Amino acid sequence: MSKNKGAIMKICFTAKGTTLDSQTEERFGRAPYFILIESENGSFEAIQNPFADGGGGVGPKAAQVLIANNVKALVSGQVGGNAREVLAAAGITMYICRAGGSVRDAFDQFTKKTLEQSA
Amino acid sequence: MKLAIASGKGGTGKSMVAANLAYTLAWTGQVTLVDCDVEEPNLHLFFPAPASTREVTVPVPVVDETTCRHCGKCGEFCQYGALTVLSKRILFFPELCHSCGGCMLVCPNNAIHEEPKRIGTLSVSAPQPGLKLISGTLDTGSPHAVPVIRAAKKLAAQDPVVILDTAPGTSCPVVEALDGCDACILVTESTPFGLHDLQLAVDVVSRLGIPAGIVINRSDGKDEETLRFCTDHDLEVMMTLPFSREIAAIQSRGDLLCQVRPEWQKDFCSLFFKCRALAGVDE
Repeated sequence: MSKNKGAIMKICFTAKGTTLDSQTEERFGRAPYFILIESENGSFEAIQNPFADGGGGVGPKAAQVLIANNVKALVSGQVGGNAREVLAAAGITMYICRAGGSVRDAFDQFTKKTLEQSA
Repeated sequence: MKLAIASGKGGTGKSMVAANLAYTLAWTGQVTLVDCDVEEPNLHLFFPAPASTREVTVPVPVVDETTCRHCGKCGEFCQYGALTVLSKRILFFPELCHSCGGCMLVCPNNAIHEEPKRIGTLSVSAPQPGLKLISGTLDTGSPHAVPVIRAAKKLAAQDPVVILDTAPGTSCPVVEALDGCDACILVTESTPFGLHDLQLAVDVVSRLGIPAGIVINRSDGKDEETLRFCTDHDLEVMMTLPFSREIAAIQSRGDLLCQVRPEWQKDFCSLFFKCRALAGVDE
């Protein structure tokens, strides 16, 4: 797995809302929003997850959203087996962040490299 | 005539009614009993007999990596997330695939063909003269019960009298079993759970346009709420079985009520005639 080298890199946080103050969401495929933050300058955009209420197979579909947006790392609580396989094959590093804090807190932990990397 | 036995609530006695009905009718004609509860088939327990078994398969896509240009069309098309196309790789998740064949159709490079994948088995036996038993069994870990049910029903498609024992609940496997049936017996018990799930089952059969009648099992002799519901919804109570330790004991030994206590056969015959009337089949 590639280490976070501090180069320009887009990181995805699963979130319950659209801002940096929104709570992080523990689920990946059914997260309401993906907040994509540029590691270099902290600029961000929120994408609504079109598969949040999908019938099935939402994990790999949500992973495709990340691939299409050129995301290099994912911070989420729980990533299912199928999504994990897609993300790993696409070279997206996964980090675990339990719910409770804001996206801003999680980004802070990411920059301080205190988040646990998920295998 | 195709007659389904459904219930909503599990454990009300669907299989007991189906097995005894088939056992009774087989004395006078040809009957096919289809176990459509493919996640937990149990009718073979009442009718132990040597069976011939065949596999049920569904078509799944196989991608030729030498022809695939990773354009992503198949992945975009698949509503179930079964195909993920990366820049140099394609990932396939067979357990998410619904075998619709769409990926093969949309591929501009003809890089996809289909191959059969086993998801379960069908067993066919002749446990007594006049009776054919077809049991569908879904393989452990396989998520799609519907194709196994469809295959089991197809084997009985030409048979004159078919009794289909459905899974409990009101989800896809039940709807698949009910589809195309001429009438349905809904087996219930006079408990709040039994009534609650009976209401759901009545809703399903009425949406499917299948005439239904009720069998009350483990009756306490009063069944006030159930009877009120049946009256309100114009549902005939076609048979009532008492809450009886003796019947429970017969059943739990794997015996048939109508074999151990043949006097019950006339009740099951009468049940069948009521079902024929429901279905609009005359003598």
